[in-house]
Amino acid sequence: MASGVKPRVKVPKKAAAGEAITIKTLISHKMESGQRKDKEGNVIPRSIINRFTCAFNGKSVVDITMEPAISTNPYFQFDATVPEAGEFVFTWYDDDGSVYDTKKSVAIG
Amino acid sequence: MEFSRRETIALGLGAVALSVMPFRVHAATEEVIAAFTGGADVTDGGVTLTAPEIAENGNTVPVAVNAPGAAAIMLVATGNPTPAVATFNFGELAAAQSASTRIRLAGTQDVVAIARMPDGTFIRAASTVKVTIGGCGG
Amino acid sequence: MGMNLFKTTAAIAGLALMGTGMATAGEESALTINGDLTIPTSASAPAHLENIDMVTSGWIYRTKETQALQMDDFDNPSFVFVDVALDLWDKVDGSEGKACSSCHENGPEEFAGLTASMPRINAEGQLETTTELVNECRTERMGAEPWKYSKGKMAAMTSLIGLQSRGSVVNVAIDGAAAPYWEKGKELYYTRVGQLDMSCSNCHEDNYDVMIRADHLSQGQINGFPTYRLKNAKMNTTHARFKGCMKNIRAKPFGQGSDEFKALELYVASRGNGLTVETPSVRN
Repeated sequence: MASGVKPRVKVPKKAAAGEAITIKTLISHKMESGQRKDKEGNVIPRSIINRFTCAFNGKSVVDITMEPAISTNPYFQFDATVPEAGEFVFTWYDDDGSVYDTKKSVAIG
Repeated sequence: MEFSRRETIALGLGAVALSVMPFRVHAATEEVIAAFTGGADVTDGGVTLTAPEIAENGNTVPVAVNAPGAAAIMLVATGNPTPAVATFNFGELAAAQSASTRIRLAGTQDVVAIARMPDGTFIRAASTVKVTIGGCGG
Repeated sequence: MGMNLFKTTAAIAGLALMGTGMATAGEESALTINGDLTIPTSASAPAHLENIDMVTSGWIYRTKETQALQMDDFDNPSFVFVDVALDLWDKVDGSEGKACSSCHENGPEEFAGLTASMPRINAEGQLETTTELVNECRTERMGAEPWKYSKGKMAAMTSLIGLQSRGSVVNVAIDGAAAPYWEKGKELYYTRVGQLDMSCSNCHEDNYDVMIRADHLSQGQINGFPTYRLKNAKMNTTHARFKGCMKNIRAKPFGQGSDEFKALELYVASRGNGLTVETPSVRN
């Protein structure tokens, strides 16, 4: 597991049934592109988050394939429909096999 | 205020150089796009790509894509050594087929967004982003 | 004459091209963070400044996209590092078995307003920086190794501490025991050094709001430091920035934490007396 990887998400705690809400996500990650060289001239191996998914109560909101051109500390903003009370699950997949996830509950009200 | 012939030509050439920037739509870009479209025709329109005209630093360029009704949107940086940037696949609970992120651009280039519609057609939008070289920041 | 005119015209065309989308200093810009914290980005210059009437935040010289990153704490990537510092705050380290939180029971909020008055003169009559305060805690009270002056953990911690002063007006003391340090810092600010033979003032006093190639020169104010730079995607401390500037003018930089940089930090901070602390800010 890469060190210091920390997911952050911003989701409203409450929504009306069927409401569209804006979600922001960010995960701390170097996103080493594989294009850079170290001081000795050796290529620094690629090490990125290559996929991010967001689902609500098991149904997909977005599934994003990521390449090294995504900036350090990957950030995404998108809109989701909240049909009922439930839980968002956010998952990030690292090149090294690590999987990071975080969850946020939304109440109807 | 008079320009000599030589100066006028020089100005004209400058204008041409500015309007026809040397974008390298190299083979890698074409491959990436073909892998997404399967070689299908891509028509302009129906996609909104929001990107700055001038990016203060190529490390972190904010971009947003929006293609109402799309199944997926692929973002391509045509001038990057590896042109693919990201592909957004929208699920049933996506309230809009739109997303924003921050990307790396290796230099001034065209950024392209191609959307796959549910009927299998493809639409696109492109935007030129000038990436500045810092004065002393580098 | 003809050639001069041509050059001038080409230069104007070039400027116009680069000018598109760039923020213009002096135009009405409002920095509102999270929709509720409004930070004034200019102020009347402090009395000691002889050549400038208004002092301005570096925020106004950035493009609207860069400016926007600082207007929401979720969009501001600095907060990744503030989170890192919050973890460090509670982390026990050193021979005494203590964390920051062991003594500072009320949290980082205890440091509200501190950064607005730093650096300052300590009880021994010496100039001290926030960074030195942190390391003094680590070595004297925690029995831990000091952190490197401008590296990740220290930059994160001073960002967290600086955040507690966000919205406070910068007011560093320059009189009394601080006066000799301030004079030394002022001398450094105006002294030309390096192969390019430039002083801080050449860019940040004589030419702020001018383009240096594609870069919009600011007044070099430090009211937003440590700052997240798009260039290196991390928190940048005042001394690291001083070092970068000195390298750019091909001068041999002073050490981070050196007496020279501490004095310069006091002087540069005092040039921003009246501005508002923006830490942690976002710059290019």
